[in-house]
Amino acid sequence: MTGVHLTVLLSTGAAVAAVVELLRRRHLREKYAVVWLAVCLPMIVFAIAPNLFNRLAHAIGVINPPDLLTVLACLFLLVVCVYMSWELGRLEDRTRRLAEEVALLRRDVGAGH
Amino acid sequence: MTRDLRRVLVVVPAWNEEGSIGSVLDEIARALPNADVLVVDDFSSDRTASIARAAGVDLISNIFNLGVGGAMRVGFRYGADRGYDALVQIDADGQHDPSYAPALLEALDSSPGPAVVIAARFDSSEDYPVPRARRWAMRLLAAYLSRLTGCRLTDATSGFRAYNRDAIALFARTYPADYLSDTVESLIIASEAGARISQLSTVMRPRIAGMPSQSRPRALLYLSRVALMLFLQAIRPGRTRPASALPWSTAARPIIEEKP
Repeated sequence: MTGVHLTVLLSTGAAVAAVVELLRRRHLREKYAVVWLAVCLPMIVFAIAPNLFNRLAHAIGVINPPDLLTVLACLFLLVVCVYMSWELGRLEDRTRRLAEEVALLRRDVGAGH
Repeated sequence: MTRDLRRVLVVVPAWNEEGSIGSVLDEIARALPNADVLVVDDFSSDRTASIARAAGVDLISNIFNLGVGGAMRVGFRYGADRGYDALVQIDADGQHDPSYAPALLEALDSSPGPAVVIAARFDSSEDYPVPRARRWAMRLLAAYLSRLTGCRLTDATSGFRAYNRDAIALFARTYPADYLSDTVESLIIASEAGARISQLSTVMRPRIAGMPSQSRPRALLYLSRVALMLFLQAIRPGRTRPASALPWSTAARPIIEEKP
């Protein structure tokens, strides 16, 4: 096992541990945790058995295996970003509706008059 | 003329308009002495709220800035909850002349089904210069919306409007909150809901106070935003909603489904 693979293995292990810890403390909702765990587990597998990844890359016609990793990482992050924007817009909409409701209710209870 | 028995609510969305709101409220009181007036103070940092309170009108203060769209949605909710027959929207910056409000109400159709009357600002170009890009944006919008609504509209972005009971109910749920596009998008929503939309020509006045947003780069930005908005509207679903799905038709069902 080379130094690079050890580094990957250790950092992936640390990421998994961090996600599990956040979950344990209820700081991370399950629906997000599942996504990150789903990324971490293949990473661990490939860190332990790098040849598996090389063979996968060659099987789908990628000459330089790290390229496949980069492309997959970019695609995944892009999907995450789009999903986050959607979620943010939804939250913003709900916050606005709450603010409108509060303004109407404040008037009814006579606050600020 | 027979006496108008409709209960009318005037909604004045206001954001930092201490220089003009006092005189606007005076003019509204003179033009529509029997109407109730609601100022929606959109988190002003100046004396807007205290001036409105001193004028004795109803006041709702937003807890943070929601934009004109958000302020109007509060106004529509208030009007719908209290069962008003008609709602008039007048900006607090003084560019809308409240003396046109009775004419707007007269032109408003009170029969079932939403109806909107827009007070179009007469384009007396020499009086107020408009950058070319903004003029193009307004023409593009006017042409598109005239086709969509089946009514010749020359000033779709005017925020001086009157709404009947069903339009109040419609907008209490669906008034768009996006910055700037609220006036235009609300017309698209209304026409999709089968609303009758009409226009009344008025003479626009320069603002009493405050800064008009008319610089060239901003006008260009506005033009591109209008183009983007029209594009998004064209690809959005819900174009061909059957008239039977509307609440004022005999088969009563919700107009616009709540988003999940």
